[in-house]
Amino acid sequence: MATRGFFGKRPTDDVGERLPPGQYRTDDFPVLSAGPTPRVALADWRFTLKDGVRPVMSWNWEAFNQLPQSKLTRDIHCVTKWSKFDTAWSGVMIDDLLAEAGIAAPSEFTLAHSYDGYSTNVPTDDLINGKAMVATHFDGQPILPDHGGPARLLVPHLYFWKSAKWVNGLQFTRRDEAGFWELRGYHMRGDPWREQRFAGD
Amino acid sequence: MDRIPDIAPQPERLAWQMATVIAITTETPRVKLFRLKPADWHGFTAGQHVDIRLTAPDGYQAERSYSIGSAPDGSGEIELAIDLIDAGEVSPFFHEVVEVGDAIELRGPIGGHFIWRAEDGGPLLLMAGGSGLVPLMSMLRYRAAAAPEIPAALIYSARRHEDLIWRDELFRRATEDPNFTLLATLSREATPVAGIRQGRIDRALVDAALQSLPTTPKTTYICGSNPFVGAASSFALDAGLPFASIKAERYGG
Repeated sequence: MATRGFFGKRPTDDVGERLPPGQYRTDDFPVLSAGPTPRVALADWRFTLKDGVRPVMSWNWEAFNQLPQSKLTRDIHCVTKWSKFDTAWSGVMIDDLLAEAGIAAPSEFTLAHSYDGYSTNVPTDDLINGKAMVATHFDGQPILPDHGGPARLLVPHLYFWKSAKWVNGLQFTRRDEAGFWELRGYHMRGDPWREQRFAGD
Repeated sequence: MDRIPDIAPQPERLAWQMATVIAITTETPRVKLFRLKPADWHGFTAGQHVDIRLTAPDGYQAERSYSIGSAPDGSGEIELAIDLIDAGEVSPFFHEVVEVGDAIELRGPIGGHFIWRAEDGGPLLLMAGGSGLVPLMSMLRYRAAAAPEIPAALIYSARRHEDLIWRDELFRRATEDPNFTLLATLSREATPVAGIRQGRIDRALVDAALQSLPTTPKTTYICGSNPFVGAASSFALDAGLPFASIKAERYGG
């Protein structure tokens, strides 16, 4: 049913077809997080891959930056309704992290962990085969702390809360374990094209 | 004190429903208050928001999130404070088109992190920039009714004196409530106003708020624009508040 008197600012077709339902385009880069921006020193930074509770491999900042570098330019969609087009990231693909660790993805589910205590669950299929990376650069520059630097997960085809800021590890889990926002009512997968914002969507 | 009957978590499934506009109040030159009565409402928790969905005749839809400013009070109604964004799509519609009696589609309540219940305890340190006051006002109003013994301090930064939302109510509460301290500051007001500081939030203001509380705050809630939240959370961390005790919500997203 139409809302009385509402006509809206309909985007042009070339923009509209890139916008998932309920989203609007912005050229800004809004910042969202559950708490303060953590102060992460590169000298202390580590990234760890775990299979369950067992650490598989761990990198310090220097070693991490020696890994194969890739670029992804993608549209991103935040559950708070903004979308930003053609965002350009570089970092290390999850496929390359697994290859470096000498393993295939050991389970269907993954939890990403962050320096601020945040976590988010992502189906492993959404992380592999060229879909996701641990990004260290945005627009050719180191990612700013407010935007998740030194490193953030980038899973651009899911709502952006899945792209955990200040990421410090990926943990493969046997079950789909809810992360921070997922425990608080957000969707376990978060596909913007199916408008999976909240549990039950 | 009887238990407030209206406290509810985010439901398992959030269904869209219609809400009737009960009242509209011009609160400041840029903020209007909209009192809504959702058709099927089972309460909410202070700090939560609702999603609004507007539909054009051709089916085009726009969605936005708005925090609830009223307290969970059993009325079955909620109050939203909508800040006018000149180039916006949804806030100008609310300011210029919406009338009492209109039906607006929404779903909620939403949010399980930036919330406060009496059993969560205190003291509470609240820091608001501009319309970031809205979810914190819900907490303050609810606290005054449900747990007035819990100490609370609010730092509230606005541009000008006329931009202070719920100004009279806040100053009245600060005068009447021995466990509530209000520290208001104006970042762009040329004329000094008695009882209100001038300038942006700074470390001294955070220290003054902390000194007004009997012990270290159990939880600090910060809401506003990203620059405001960034500054306020840095001062809070510098003042020694534990990282995990600080909850933030950023507007402009």
